[in-house]
Amino acid sequence: MNALSVRGLTKIYRNGVQALHGVDLEVERGDFFALLGPNGAGKTTLIGIITSLVNKTAGVARVFGHSIDTELEAAKACIGVVPQEINFNMFESPFTIVVNQAGFYGIPRPVARQRAEKYLKQLQLWDKRNGISRGLSGGMKRRLMIARALMHEPRLLILDEPSAGVDIEIRRSMWDFLREINERGTTIILTTHYLEEAETLCRNIAIISGGRIVERDRMSSLLRRLHVETFVLNLRDALAAPPPLPGYVVTLVDDHTLEVEVSKDENLNDIFARLSALGIEVLSMRNKVNRLEEIFMRLVEGRGTPGEAPRSGGAPRAAARAAAGTP
Amino acid sequence: MSSVALPEAPPIRLNVVRWIGFKTIVIREYGRIIRIWGQTIVPSIVTAVLYFAIFGSLIGRRVGAMGGFDYKQYIAPGLIMMSVITNSYGNVVASFFGAKFGKHVEELLVSPLPNWVIVAGYATGGVLRGLLVGIAVTAVSLIFTHLQVQHLLVVVAALVLTSLTFALGGFLNALFAKNFDQVNWIPSFVLTPLTYFGGVFYSVSLLPEWARRLSFVNPILYMVNAFRFGFLGVSDVEVGSAFALMVAAAIVLFATAVGLMNRGAGIRE
Repeated sequence: MNALSVRGLTKIYRNGVQALHGVDLEVERGDFFALLGPNGAGKTTLIGIITSLVNKTAGVARVFGHSIDTELEAAKACIGVVPQEINFNMFESPFTIVVNQAGFYGIPRPVARQRAEKYLKQLQLWDKRNGISRGLSGGMKRRLMIARALMHEPRLLILDEPSAGVDIEIRRSMWDFLREINERGTTIILTTHYLEEAETLCRNIAIISGGRIVERDRMSSLLRRLHVETFVLNLRDALAAPPPLPGYVVTLVDDHTLEVEVSKDENLNDIFARLSALGIEVLSMRNKVNRLEEIFMRLVEGRGTPGEAPRSGGAPRAAARAAAGTP
Repeated sequence: MSSVALPEAPPIRLNVVRWIGFKTIVIREYGRIIRIWGQTIVPSIVTAVLYFAIFGSLIGRRVGAMGGFDYKQYIAPGLIMMSVITNSYGNVVASFFGAKFGKHVEELLVSPLPNWVIVAGYATGGVLRGLLVGIAVTAVSLIFTHLQVQHLLVVVAALVLTSLTFALGGFLNALFAKNFDQVNWIPSFVLTPLTYFGGVFYSVSLLPEWARRLSFVNPILYMVNAFRFGFLGVSDVEVGSAFALMVAAAIVLFATAVGLMNRGAGIRE
């Protein structure tokens, strides 16, 4: 039995905008699953339908076998959700918020108080438990929503942009925490703008664009399909024009920076040898974007991964860049 | 895939979830009422003192007896009922609209609680505030006049049913409201006039025939009079009809609120 099974899910809003075009998606039990897509791709609508915040137009969704049409209460009891926007009562304390949320899932108050202590401590919010939530920082508010979603110990945890506004140190500890929860058996679906986050945490991935799933694969398989990487080389001396490197796509970004597209079959030593022969000294080198970001860009722009035919339904490059978190 | 064996989830006991969920909503509403007591309890006490001081003590002396009772005694049940109506309505409309506005209504919408439990929880919160304010205003009344309960069961039933009816009305208002203006519109332009013309300060027997007939269309007249009957044993309306109206209103409003929630009106896209 899958944690989530979605068939032909369609959403047309009252203003006529079609956010989802018959989406099919399966997420296995115990998976750590990434759902990526540019802004407006339909991620939040999809999550909204699964969590019953949005009415679907057509299609079927099941959570651990429970249909959201016929067994909505049972389906919702399995889900914990961390939404993109802050949605707790700012005038209540973190402790009250999480204890009440447990109550909405039928957790008796004494048990809820114990769990509140456990999760608020794990998410480093215990010291803030009795203050007004409005006074929490952006990162703390987001962690509070994670603690709240865990109070009924859901079998499926859906995180919609959990790291937005969270500093690097806290983000890393949050990743460890999520990994631990996943290892204990909780299925996790993650949407994020930090593609490094998805690449680091998730085993399977779907990319949604224009309301359609344009890719669904294991993370490792998808990354293997990327045949070309772009390297940025910092040069000691200024160049007036890109150097002649037959067989490579070379761009001079500025007089000291060169970008070179390299196929996986090609040897980096060859590039360095040729540059050296031309008297060009390379001071340092880095990958232009992370690998997942490169694939993401290609898919949502409808270019397909290298070696594949371009796909239709691509989003504009700017939107894709925004979703990928690049300027 | 995770290497650990994934445990089967225990069966979900929906009735337990519903009961604990209902209690949690009520506890949360009670906490809100107590936390902002300066806004929820005190204003009605101040208003009641002013009404008794001005209408009861100053003007009331010149009015003389009403329905065979001292004027202050006559208006006391109406003033209690007036504060119960406005507070029951106001509690739910403010709390539920606030939850919609602040988006924390989503905490409930994503939970496994069915919509009827959510409506019942908020309505009970409204009744709770209505009762708390009702008790406070009754205490104020006892400073100014003597109140003797003739039919305790009638008093309690009228209080709870009226409070429930207006709490559910407040829920519907909050469901449809898109901004704070729409939250205040009904209390200001519908509820207040109906309450003032609902026999709080006078007996409809004093009105000309056309006005008396018109008054019988006002549901608040029945509620105030049923409540007054419980205290003083006098009423301008048939008490049985008043209770039938209150029960019917509560059922219709509850069913409407749940039906609208099920359709997602005002809360789901």
